[in-house]
Amino acid sequence: MTAVANRPEQLLGLPGVRLVDLKTADELDPEQRRPKRRVPRSIERLAGVVLLLALWQLAASLGWISPRVLAGPANVASTFWDMVTDGTLGDAVWVSFQRVAIGMLIGVPVGLLLALFSGLSRVGEDLVDSTMHTLRFVPIIGLMPLIIVWFGIGETAKISLIVIGVTFPIYVNTANAIKTIDPRNLELARTLELSRWATIRRVVLPAALPSFLVGLRMATGIAWLLLVFSEQLNAKSGIGYLMIKAQTFFLTDVIVVCLLVYAVLGLLSDIGIRLVEGKVLRWQPGR
Amino acid sequence: MLDHEPEVLDALDQPRPTVVDDRTVVRATSVTRRFGDRVVLDDIDLEIRKGEFVALLGRSGSGKSTLLRALAGLDTGVEGRITVPAARSVVFQDPRLLPWSTVLDNVVLGLKGADARDQGREVLDEVGLGGHGDAWPKTLSGGEAQRAALARALVRQPELLLLDEPFGALDALTRIRMHVLLQRLCARYTPAVLLVTHDVDEALLLADRVLVLTDGGISLDVPVEIATPRLRGDQAFISLRSRLLAELGVDEVAEGDHRKDDQ
Ligand SMILES: Nc1ncnc2c1ncn2[C@@H]1O[C@H](COP(=O)(O)OP(=O)(O)OP(=O)(O)O)[C@@H](O)[C@H]1O
Ligand SMILES: [Mg+2]
Repeated sequence: MTAVANRPEQLLGLPGVRLVDLKTADELDPEQRRPKRRVPRSIERLAGVVLLLALWQLAASLGWISPRVLAGPANVASTFWDMVTDGTLGDAVWVSFQRVAIGMLIGVPVGLLLALFSGLSRVGEDLVDSTMHTLRFVPIIGLMPLIIVWFGIGETAKISLIVIGVTFPIYVNTANAIKTIDPRNLELARTLELSRWATIRRVVLPAALPSFLVGLRMATGIAWLLLVFSEQLNAKSGIGYLMIKAQTFFLTDVIVVCLLVYAVLGLLSDIGIRLVEGKVLRWQPGR
Repeated sequence: MLDHEPEVLDALDQPRPTVVDDRTVVRATSVTRRFGDRVVLDDIDLEIRKGEFVALLGRSGSGKSTLLRALAGLDTGVEGRITVPAARSVVFQDPRLLPWSTVLDNVVLGLKGADARDQGREVLDEVGLGGHGDAWPKTLSGGEAQRAALARALVRQPELLLLDEPFGALDALTRIRMHVLLQRLCARYTPAVLLVTHDVDEALLLADRVLVLTDGGISLDVPVEIATPRLRGDQAFISLRSRLLAELGVDEVAEGDHRKDDQ
């Protein structure tokens, strides 16, 4: 069959009526069918990274980039292995992880409670909402001097910074979801004579959950960011401390290892939240 | 909570009819609803007896939903006095199932008692959704979702069932099935029913009594005395339909075959 004989108007022969053939799975024109990939997509994606690594290694090996400026990949890899085996990396990661975890364990419930208070009562909304939306514009990192004045430079300061940073995205997303909840569902709760608590648990919280999770993802990103910042400013332990120490001795390999570890930790938290999302939002169509 | 009693009555110290006589389960007196300057319900009196099936007709915007919401206790802005059974259920035009709860959880939402889930399953069976208890509401078809909403209303064994155009969004075939289902369920649970609809045939097929709401008042209140099974071709059916259509301001002859589409 030639392409011309295949044209629908010729097949049906209705002059003046423009017909089109819709594409279905088995009627695709062979020429239009996408060429089958010889290389799987994932490998193609990796190729870019590998190429970059190869160039980087080449530059390092040929001495184009001094290790004082940027250590080469092989160097970074062996340093990574040394830091893992002698335990420095594990210790640092554990300390940093604890700071983020404690900060989130405090900040998330605080943001959530504030959101509930503001979303569920008129008084709460008046008291909390405009205050939060004003404070939201204070640059969090700018709070550091004040926090140091209040809490010194110990753990409390680092964790408070994370708590403050985490509270806002949780609050803003959750409070907004509660405020824009479908009033028809609240009406339904009334006709079913649900108690106030049952209404919150069965109607309000599930409706706010997707937005809360978006807030949680933002909060996690912010938590790691603030951790890096506060650990580089003043710390006696943790990943940021390792980096600052390495900086004094121009150990760029250690710095790169630390950066990669931060990236992986951030990525892992994100994957974790996505997994939770997939579980608790099963009801959403298209999941 | 539902006694929206005007202060005047309180001052006059009228006796409250706590036990309602002759099996009346709904008694609404001088029900008035204003939205701003607009009077949507104007001094309406309405009584519904136990187990009675009442259809409420009226043009779009005539205040049918407003009256139903008042009887449901969803409208705190209504004036007058309303006494209704404590056990009452509402089915809205949309199924209003919570998307994050399974169908069964939706049906038994707020239902107390250890065997609530068993009751829920039983009623789901009855509406033909026995296999869908664990499904997510968004996977149901429109008719299935509305049947689930009906199950949710019935599992509470209401004395008063308030239906606001529950089949309005369904296709004609599904609607016929829902009529049969509703009749069967009403025979079994015997609630008093107030069905808001703008489908005259639906009212005549199902109801014991038909009300027409016009200009804020009940302009017609007639019993439906048509032998069962009711058939659209019956003489009694046809003549009552003409009367109702006339009351609704539809000229059958002039509007001809478009009549049913435009109601
Ligand atoms: N909350 C409200 N605020 C202002 N006006 C309202 C409100 N609710 C209803 N109305 C008005 O009251 C009138 C009656 O509304 P209602 O919903 O009871 O009509 P209906 O008879 O149910 O109509 P339909 O058949 O289209 O559903 C309408 O004109 C509507 O605009
Ligand atoms: Mg309506």
